[in-house]
Amino acid sequence: MVVPYDGKMSRRSFLDYLLGLGILAWLAAVLYPIIDYFKIPPQTEAAPSSVVAGSVKDFKPNTGKVFRFGNEPAILVDTPDGKLKAFTAVCTHLQCTVQYRPDMQKIWCACHGGVYDLNGRNVSGPPPRPLTEYDVTVKGEQIVVSKS
Amino acid sequence: MDKTSKVFRWIDKRYDLGIVEHFAKEKRVPQFKGSFWYYFGGVSLFLFIVQVVTGILLLMYYQPGAQSAYESVRFIVTKVQFGWLIRSIHSWSANLMILSVVIHMFSVYFTKAFRTPRELTWYSGFILLALTLTFGFSGYLLPWNTLSYFATKVGTEIVGVVPIIGKPIMELLRNGSDVTTATLTRFFGLHVAVLPALFTVILGAHLLFIQVQGISEPESWKDLPESKKKHIPFFPNFVLRDILLWLIVLNVLAILAVFFRWELGHKADPFASAPTGIKPEWYFLFMFQSLKFFPAKLAMIDGEVFGISLFGIAGLLWFLVPLWDSKTSKGKRNKIINYVGIGVVLYIIILTVIGARS
Repeated sequence: MVVPYDGKMSRRSFLDYLLGLGILAWLAAVLYPIIDYFKIPPQTEAAPSSVVAGSVKDFKPNTGKVFRFGNEPAILVDTPDGKLKAFTAVCTHLQCTVQYRPDMQKIWCACHGGVYDLNGRNVSGPPPRPLTEYDVTVKGEQIVVSKS
Repeated sequence: MDKTSKVFRWIDKRYDLGIVEHFAKEKRVPQFKGSFWYYFGGVSLFLFIVQVVTGILLLMYYQPGAQSAYESVRFIVTKVQFGWLIRSIHSWSANLMILSVVIHMFSVYFTKAFRTPRELTWYSGFILLALTLTFGFSGYLLPWNTLSYFATKVGTEIVGVVPIIGKPIMELLRNGSDVTTATLTRFFGLHVAVLPALFTVILGAHLLFIQVQGISEPESWKDLPESKKKHIPFFPNFVLRDILLWLIVLNVLAILAVFFRWELGHKADPFASAPTGIKPEWYFLFMFQSLKFFPAKLAMIDGEVFGISLFGIAGLLWFLVPLWDSKTSKGKRNKIINYVGIGVVLYIIILTVIGARS
């Protein structure tokens, strides 16, 4: 029997609609925890604001050392004229870890040849920004690096 | 609708979907008072899928190793969003899967669905059951807690009791002479790579056999005229019922996982005493309890060796039931099969209950 359309929803399409809604709600209930599961969990480890990078007697002019600063590498440079400088060791180009090149007297990134001067400025190669500089203080024998 | 048919035609032109369509239309499922049991194969498959999905999710954070296995599981259940839920579902689903597979096996046994021409389906199913238990055993160690440490120690020791081949297998499993973090690495490899690969291949064969031969009809239909046999189409009727049951199982799983969270326990300490009242998981309990009843010595043989050999032989006989069910080829009734089956079910239930209460 063909029922003429009277502008009202038929019982069948109402049930179909309800079923579809149920399936959607169910899918959301299953997918929501799975998507949430991939959210980066809160880190309990607080980032330190200062760290001991080493001892004064271990450093000679025109050398550099990469050390751990919280969860990131940092670099301490003893410049050719004997000044201690510290920067983040994360290259501003694609996040590789930089190193000190005594032959160039510059900070250099091995990944794509980015070069920074001893003030952390990006002087050649692809890096778009300078390296963030940290404060260096000497307490007795210890070299303390802190975020300025 | 127009778009669907367009997509359908596009694929059909290239891959001839007629075969699939024909298959879906032709496949049917016998309808009788025991039809209920047909659903346990599907439920087992569903729970396996749940295991694969939740297992992959756990892999995103789990780290095997002495200083990281327990810590990473603790991290999952305390820090990761819904991590406790995923882990709880994985543990509960593992247990329900074993239960479902066991029910599926007994239903096939009692309906004599293992008979000619379905011997290979039975054999492959038995291997899948063994793999499921190995999955349970290997996964149990991964959180590296006290219970799992001692369960693995005892479980692998039992393998070592088997004459001649036992010791080498035990050392192969333990990745050394004792249960250490080297064992953990080995079990991890087994649990997430070796077993899933084997299981998938054998499951594929198991399902293929069923598709090729069709679903086994009940014994009582042997002499029935074709017109008296009732069937329902596999698609969509049986599939829809299957999906409904899967939904119910998922809901049961969610309720269990939320209200009865799986405990993590304490970190394993190889130099601490075993905790009192330590028991294996329920599915190994009947064997564990039986071994307690054997005396230390039985006619020159160690009680353990005797008991384990007995279980080994019983398992082998169970596996080979299509061969010793002598009336298989004639398709006759065989009451011995029923008596043996009922005996085995009663034995397992009684010893599990005794084991659980002691």
